[in-house]
Amino acid sequence: MADPSIGLWTVPLAVFGGAIRVSTPFLFVSLGECITERSGRINLGLEGTLVMGAMSAYGISYLSGSPWLGVLAAGITGALFGALHAGICSLPRVNDIAVGIALMLLGTGLAFFLGKPLIEPTAPRLPAIDFGWWSDVPQVRAALRINVLFLIGVAIAPLLYWAFRTTRWGLLIRTAGESSDAARAMGHSVLLIRLRATMVGGFLAGIGGSFLSLFYPGSWNEGLSSGQGITAVALVIFARWDPMLCLWASLAFGGAAALGPALQSVGVTSGYHLFNAAPYILTLAIMIITCSPKRTLTGAPAELSITR
Amino acid sequence: MTSEVAESAEAVGVAPAADAGFLQRYGATIEYILIPGAALLGALAVFGVFVALYGKNPLDLYFYMYYGAFGTWFSWQNTLTRAAPLILTALCTALPAQLGMVIIGGEGALLIGALSATAAALALQGASPIIVQIAMVIAGVAGGGLWITLSGSLRQYRGVNETISSLLLVYIALAILNHLVEGAMRDPASLNKPSTREIGAVNMIGTIPGTDVHWGLAFGLAAAVAAYVLIYHTTFGFAARVAGGNIRAAKIVGLSVGRLILAICFLAGGCAGLAGMIEVAAVQGRTNANLAAGYGFTGILVAFLARQNPLAIIPVAILLGGISASGGLLQRRLGLPDASVMVLQGIIFVFVLASDALYGRIGFLKGKS
Repeated sequence: MADPSIGLWTVPLAVFGGAIRVSTPFLFVSLGECITERSGRINLGLEGTLVMGAMSAYGISYLSGSPWLGVLAAGITGALFGALHAGICSLPRVNDIAVGIALMLLGTGLAFFLGKPLIEPTAPRLPAIDFGWWSDVPQVRAALRINVLFLIGVAIAPLLYWAFRTTRWGLLIRTAGESSDAARAMGHSVLLIRLRATMVGGFLAGIGGSFLSLFYPGSWNEGLSSGQGITAVALVIFARWDPMLCLWASLAFGGAAALGPALQSVGVTSGYHLFNAAPYILTLAIMIITCSPKRTLTGAPAELSITR
Repeated sequence: MTSEVAESAEAVGVAPAADAGFLQRYGATIEYILIPGAALLGALAVFGVFVALYGKNPLDLYFYMYYGAFGTWFSWQNTLTRAAPLILTALCTALPAQLGMVIIGGEGALLIGALSATAAALALQGASPIIVQIAMVIAGVAGGGLWITLSGSLRQYRGVNETISSLLLVYIALAILNHLVEGAMRDPASLNKPSTREIGAVNMIGTIPGTDVHWGLAFGLAAAVAAYVLIYHTTFGFAARVAGGNIRAAKIVGLSVGRLILAICFLAGGCAGLAGMIEVAAVQGRTNANLAAGYGFTGILVAFLARQNPLAIIPVAILLGGISASGGLLQRRLGLPDASVMVLQGIIFVFVLASDALYGRIGFLKGKS
């Protein structure tokens, strides 16, 4: 596998390419969760939404022949799951964390159930843009084959940052997240704001799932997502509910997740499983460093149950 | 099975409705049976519709589910065998819940418990079986206990959310297990499925006489009863419930909340670790990736369905053990995918959580005339 002419440079290059490829689902899920959490609710079910999005994207892409329809279907599925989460959470005395765990189970189960006939067939996949045309080194070209969804995700991050700060919608979401009483006093329905925020969050997480099945790894199977959704939820806490920090954190996580396969490609196979667990270990380490029992986290929405 | 539970509850609840004193006394208990029972029936109905949309007869579904779970002595034994680890992994969620913590990492503690128990057994090869078994129990409980204590101490000393940390630790535990099973602890003879060496037939814990159900069930029942006594009939349990109800009040009256959190987390993880030890010593005979069969995740559902009550966990674990036992029959007879059990579990979970909104709202149970 390793090209002798570039030798060990394969590893950082593969990590760089992997950071871009692997980070996309992290990016979409964390941006979606960022919107939901800013409105004062946490949706742990995005793990299930991610798998459900991956399955529906693959299925629709296979049936219709258009991968972009698949992406749309994944987004809609995600929004429906978001609506289910928000709907149950709006009942009195229902714990949003527990509902998230339930939807994680339901989403994964439904995706495996409905996706059983999709393991065999091959669906049309999303195209990649070749940014590496200037290079002769195959590894460079491989690393720079970038998917449009990644670019969209990168564009959404500053857009969200701007929207939270300056638009009416951003202000409403933040108000619902900081003080539901204040939002109610302004004459807005907190439940409705959170419903919309959770649906948009689910929409983005579903699209993140479509990337998994339609671009990288680019097929549907039951081992497709292993905790990317939950890692992305933790990542939002690390990113202090700031969309721009979500972007950088996602890239770092993508790089960490690409480390195992990159090392394997140059022949380092011992500790393969441990390197695969790198994103989880990194998440945990970052949470240990950044959290504190003494104060609430800076930037944390005051209504959020997970930081109280 | 489920309808019987709900019906008998209804019969108890409706017949003496005129007696307000009875309802004042037992209304809450009846509610705890009636509402989850109704949620379960609702979930079964929705699953029936789902299966009907899939093109299968829902009546066949219910029949095979009953038959595969409780229809024959064979299926009862299968159900009880599956219930044993579920009781223990459910305790892993239910015990911290008394403190208001949501731990969902029972699967990780189960894997670490299994790994430690296997390591203990392999280190003590040649010792008398009873010594090996005791060492396995100690190692399993300690391994699982420390694993969840890690989540608890992160919460206590660093303010890290225990729900997320315990789930991340599941993936880390699985990676450690795979790493050791394919590396340092690998049996060179296991080619297709990397595994550790066998713990030896003499060291297996065997079955309860007259049945095919292993002794793990007795471990599970004993742990559930012990947890119930601990929570509801000791000062330690009382302190834990006070801290769970109002942490500030607990600190004001001088309870050491930190020590409570660590102790409860150790016990909780110890239960899940014991489940891992049982899976090794009674079923698998060795450690490999088969152990990650999802008992830890189903245990979360059991705990929520039992409303975190250690005694209620026993019947609920048997019920959900039955559902998973019937999965094979649903695959063979109805051609449903193996994930159908997961779908049903997910639907039940959603219904049970949504039904939380109903408590205290059922008029005739309030004891008013």
